[in-house]
Amino acid sequence: MKEDKKTEIEKTDNKEELGRREFIKKGCELAFGAFLFLGILPIRTSRAGITASAEPETPGEGYNWEEHYYAYLIDTRKCIGCGMCVRACSLENKVPDGFYRTWVERYEVSERGEVYIDSPKGGREGFDPIFPGFHSTKAFFVPKMCNHCDNTPCSQVCPVGASYNTKDGVVLVDEKRCVGCGYCIQACPYGSRFLNPITRTANKCTWCYHRITKGLKPACVQACPVGARKFGDLKREDDEVRRILATERINVLQAEMLTKPKCYYLGVDREVR
Amino acid sequence: MFFEGINFLFPNDMHVHWSLMIVMYPYITGLVAGAFIVSSMYHVFGKEEFRPIGRYSLLTSLAFLLCATLPLLNHLGHPERALNIMVTPKFSSAMAGFGVLYSFYLLILLLEVWLVFRQDIVEYARTSTGFWRWFYKILALGVYDVSEKALENDHKVITVLAAIGIPGACMLHGYVGFLFGGIKANPWWSTALMPVIFLVSAVVSGIAALVVFYQIAMKMRGEKIDQPCISSMARLLWLFMILTVTLELLEIITLAYEKAEEWEVIHTLLTNQLSFSFFSLQMILGALIPFILLMTVVLMDRHLRDPLRNTLTFVASSLLLIQVFAMRWNVVIGGQLFSKSFRGFRDYHPHFLEKEGVLAAVMLAVLPCILLVVLNRILPAFTSKTSPQSE
Repeated sequence: MKEDKKTEIEKTDNKEELGRREFIKKGCELAFGAFLFLGILPIRTSRAGITASAEPETPGEGYNWEEHYYAYLIDTRKCIGCGMCVRACSLENKVPDGFYRTWVERYEVSERGEVYIDSPKGGREGFDPIFPGFHSTKAFFVPKMCNHCDNTPCSQVCPVGASYNTKDGVVLVDEKRCVGCGYCIQACPYGSRFLNPITRTANKCTWCYHRITKGLKPACVQACPVGARKFGDLKREDDEVRRILATERINVLQAEMLTKPKCYYLGVDREVR
Repeated sequence: MFFEGINFLFPNDMHVHWSLMIVMYPYITGLVAGAFIVSSMYHVFGKEEFRPIGRYSLLTSLAFLLCATLPLLNHLGHPERALNIMVTPKFSSAMAGFGVLYSFYLLILLLEVWLVFRQDIVEYARTSTGFWRWFYKILALGVYDVSEKALENDHKVITVLAAIGIPGACMLHGYVGFLFGGIKANPWWSTALMPVIFLVSAVVSGIAALVVFYQIAMKMRGEKIDQPCISSMARLLWLFMILTVTLELLEIITLAYEKAEEWEVIHTLLTNQLSFSFFSLQMILGALIPFILLMTVVLMDRHLRDPLRNTLTFVASSLLLIQVFAMRWNVVIGGQLFSKSFRGFRDYHPHFLEKEGVLAAVMLAVLPCILLVVLNRILPAFTSKTSPQSE
């Protein structure tokens, strides 16, 4: 602001010679303007703060994990396989090359029941046309990630308690406690975990815990251009995900494992594991 | 068969996380448990034929137990945090039991070795000079009572310890099987048979290793190989190898017969990725051939000349050591060769010089053998300064 003021004055200085009275007058006007502008700012932010706290997305500080219970909804019918989510995730979470906290799979099914599946670079750069000669009669994309199960096989097998479930329904890994044994990676039926070659500890999707506790959406949800990924809080009355879970026909991956995932799917085909 | 495009792996499933080290770990603990059970044949069940290797098998068990954690430490991403498993275990995990089981078993084994060798230690402390005198004095722990009554007490405690040690050894190794058997995400591992298979094959590897070690030790000492001992070991080995192969096959036959969802991927795994290590090594070279060799020894025992009996058991035991290693490989690595997508496979070829590579594994196999030689120097198992009945 100060700099703006200076340049303003310099400009007027250059235009015409300024009398003392004129200078004080202009200065007062400017100061008043600045005062108004600066004065409104805190009001605006505080107002924004009020509206935010009226919504369940509380900011990072003062966050109470007992007031939330998150769920994630993936509408496979909407996904276009652009890979924006994968890129957003790896940027946001500095995911090492060749590993994925989220990825997108492409399924092509022919009339004869042949299935072609791929996920080049986790779908990060989108998908090339599939090879000629394969006549698919249905095709779809399936975004995948950690399912943040309620009945977690991965946290169960962690021998040191480095992998744990938070009260707001997220499965996290404590990098400072993980011994890097890899048992959780073996135990996850979804292939959602990997051993980070840099930290040598287990790593996985956190639903961008650093963002959601500040009231933001996970990076992948924010990046999705078609709304195929939805993030919700089941403790919120008017939550969209909560409404869809209550009213629509939903599914989870590998339901027979009884891991009780909190990543729900709409329109998922039987070929998807 | 798999159609070309369908070799699909989950993008995070490109790596085999549990490397050759995790093959070595159950192999080594298996030898620990097996050798202990052989020693118990004499110390608990009073089988006199096993007396010549009663003490040696205890030392073998100890030598391998002292090295059992090394492959794990070499594998961990953060070995400096390894003690967290002991200090802050989370008991919902099977792996957290490791600290308790390992320490308990180490304690039992150390106590038993000490008691079994106590009379010798006292004798060495009295007769040797210089450094060794001090060394054995420390080992004697200030107890020099070797009266008949004291030795009788020792013997009673040894029997109790060995009796506790048997379930201890079973748990130490059954636990290793359970680590794999309790992973529902992996159909190649997830079976209640897994701990039993691991345990029985551990006994096989333990007996086989002792047959080999005992014969080598006797050759090097220029002493006669005790034939009743070899015959008994051959009989026991034959029994346990039949059990282990039956269980191993039973597991696969069940999967094949049920033809559940996972059979498709396991069928391909067995016929492609594991065809050599499973059929050729684990089943034919490692099982069928030793089965015939040992059957010869067991059924025609009276007609065999000593050198032939020695050779037959030696060869059969060496092959069985390969069988058990192949079985560990097929379980540990085999279970990771297919992706959790059940639709694709990855490769695993350990390099010679990498951190968890072939050289490290060979060193891990040789180290307990060197340790055994050293232990046998300190506490000679075959020559007793006192009466041989003293144990």
